[in-house]
Amino acid sequence: MSNPTAAATASATGATCWSCGARTAGPAPFCTACGAVQPPGQVDHFARLGLERLFEVDMTQLDRRYFDLQRQLHPDRFARRTAREKALSQQQAAALNEAYETLRNPLRRARYLARSLGVDLPDEGRTIDDPELLMEAMERREALVEAATPAQVEQLANDAAGERNDVLQSLSALFAATDKAAIRAAILRLAYLDKFTEEARARRFSMVRAEP
Amino acid sequence: MTLLEIHEPGTTPLPHAGEDTLAIGIDLGTTNSVVAVAREGRAEALRDDHGTSLVPSVVYYGADGKTDVGGAALAHLTGEPHRVVSSIKRLMGRGAADVAAIAGVRAYAVEPGTGETDMVRLRIGGRALTPVEISADILRALRVRAEAALGRAIGKAVVTVPAYFDDAARTATRDAARLAGLEVLRLVNEPTAAALAYGLDKDVEGIYAVYDLGGGTFDFSLLRLEKGVFQVLATGGDSALGGDDFDRALVEHALASMAARGASHVLKPDEAKTALMAGRRAKEALTAAARAELVLDLGGQPTTFAIDRTAFETLIAPPVDRTIGICARVLSDAAIEPSDVRGVVLVGGSTRVPLVRERVGRLFGKPPLADIDPDEVVALGAALQAEALTVGSDTLLLDVTPLSLGIETMGGIVEKVIPRNTPIPVSLAQEFTTYQDGQGAMVLHVVQGEREMAADCRSLARFELQGIPPMAAGAARIRVTFTVDADGLLTVAAQEKTTGVTQRVEVKPTYGISEDDMARMLYDSLEHAQQDMEGRLLIEARVEAERLLLALDAALAADGDLLTSAERSELEGDMGRLRTAIAGTDRDAITAAAQALEERSKVFAERRMDRGVRSALSGLSLDQLESKVG
Repeated sequence: MSNPTAAATASATGATCWSCGARTAGPAPFCTACGAVQPPGQVDHFARLGLERLFEVDMTQLDRRYFDLQRQLHPDRFARRTAREKALSQQQAAALNEAYETLRNPLRRARYLARSLGVDLPDEGRTIDDPELLMEAMERREALVEAATPAQVEQLANDAAGERNDVLQSLSALFAATDKAAIRAAILRLAYLDKFTEEARARRFSMVRAEP
Repeated sequence: MTLLEIHEPGTTPLPHAGEDTLAIGIDLGTTNSVVAVAREGRAEALRDDHGTSLVPSVVYYGADGKTDVGGAALAHLTGEPHRVVSSIKRLMGRGAADVAAIAGVRAYAVEPGTGETDMVRLRIGGRALTPVEISADILRALRVRAEAALGRAIGKAVVTVPAYFDDAARTATRDAARLAGLEVLRLVNEPTAAALAYGLDKDVEGIYAVYDLGGGTFDFSLLRLEKGVFQVLATGGDSALGGDDFDRALVEHALASMAARGASHVLKPDEAKTALMAGRRAKEALTAAARAELVLDLGGQPTTFAIDRTAFETLIAPPVDRTIGICARVLSDAAIEPSDVRGVVLVGGSTRVPLVRERVGRLFGKPPLADIDPDEVVALGAALQAEALTVGSDTLLLDVTPLSLGIETMGGIVEKVIPRNTPIPVSLAQEFTTYQDGQGAMVLHVVQGEREMAADCRSLARFELQGIPPMAAGAARIRVTFTVDADGLLTVAAQEKTTGVTQRVEVKPTYGISEDDMARMLYDSLEHAQQDMEGRLLIEARVEAERLLLALDAALAADGDLLTSAERSELEGDMGRLRTAIAGTDRDAITAAAQALEERSKVFAERRMDRGVRSALSGLSLDQLESKVG
């Protein structure tokens, strides 16, 4: 599924439309001959949304493609069709949601691309295995625990946000150069910064709630 | 229809014009319900002869088998209160175990259900009725009202449910509609419906918020509207926060001022009920007027308190600020600034309170949208969606899962398969493995909630995957797939990948918890995140350690002869120390003992590996080798 040639394979094999029996051209969601909705198949997330396979994604374009496709494929559009078409639209919409959720989040997008390059990544949400990063994470977390005012928490969150931006910038170049070791390190760093941002948010929220 | 219409592939088909193209929208509320219809994109609430759209969600079951709904049922409250049921929505999809905890129904004898469902029954006027049947009576009355107003038979509806309604409650709502002779075209979340009511008649784009403050619950949702697509971004709330708190604050204030004058009075239970009603009347008066009177009947003595709006606003500031705090968290969940929000839709009668409007306006830097009646807005949105699904329209709702869905793994830890706020429909899979050598079956426990431990989440279903071929621990690959459809209903399937053994279940919860508890769990999770994480790490350490012990036991049984008796007793000493540590709750002690054991067993592992290599070299077949090492 994460194989970059998956889309090409699907189209090369082709398929037969379940409704009219015509050969379908490839991973298109609808049969070109009779217009019936087709099974989603194994299609690369970028290909499913009609995007170039790059780490940098234009969010506006991503949203536009997603909405356009959901408008055609969402089960509500099939409320009065046959049970089979309803089921297929459900599968299509779910596959589309999975692709969209993967691509719109930079960390998930980076992991998806990295896995297809064969980069060995620890499972999502698992421990950091780089001692230096671990040390940094612990120090930062300590600072968060010691922060006494929402403004201090805000400052820590802003610092992390700035570093996160830098990591995102660097990832574009690293993917372009297929530097696997550096990609791996950058992804671990991004995961940790995302997690810290979440913790800072929770901390700020609890401070706001605790105020009289 | 005289002309044939030809459609682009995949576009919404227009049904033939006729009887069944008219579907209604229903807001089935805890306190009040509303039915509405939309034609050509214009929605209107259907009213009775007095021009009232609200139908109290109250049912009366008479001795003669007669059933009254709404205002007519309320009229029986004084004479035959035991034959009148209210707030039945709180029991939708609940099991017998939950009912004791839910206020308002204790007056009725409750019986656990029989047969495959564990649905409770209320004994009312000699009849044993399920919440589904009682809700069906309300829905039937709404259908009759619609049929009278529209002059034709109605068979289809869009029904709204709270964003926090779980699987069981959604299924129960669907069943109730079917009993009432209504096919549910779609269950729509209440905040989404409210936004829909505002979105369609105006050409809007951007991010909108829905602030829904009812009598006892608060919900806040962020939605993005773009070219007729409604995308839910994030949702949150508090199921124990609402306008009733304002009434209570007024009464408590009055009693406190009496106590300050040395005339303290403790309310008896029946006095409390009427006092809260008086509080509500004063609150409602203060919406329009700058001052009002609160009349409390204390010990048979009517006592009048004067209160002005400023004092009232001081009293209710804490609960109102809590709603603002929740708004801030949902905004931050979605990484959206208040200034990014183009408009705030108000839902629920409590949003009529001026302070609420002022605080909401201040947070978002703009006055909230209030030109649609906050009591009717949800039903109007449902009606628009009903029209969209029957006649067809360009509007599309992209909703999300309100709560995370997961599987209980070793040690009671929840592995989330679908996180909350994931767009639906969704189908996500995760692989799990066996814990013990030769494990032939696996119990899959499906849970819903945000907490780390399964015991703190809501249990949705349990099923067993059998027929796993005998394999070493960790070798089996069991792929568990969660599928949530556009109505928010879950199906779970499990498959052992090497053999293809498959089990599939429709998740039909067999018991439940109250809606309040469910929402509370979500909010508790924020506060317990830290504590949960500690518990999780401890259990993970134990599971890891036990896995190591199991592996060593197996290895000693197979290749124990590779060790001298001194080496063996040292190793067994370390194993004993690890077992002692596991029995305790000190995670660091477990980790340290496990590390020591791992270190100690290295030599043993190396020798076993050597033996394996030698065996292979000496011409043993792979099968024989595995049976030795295995």
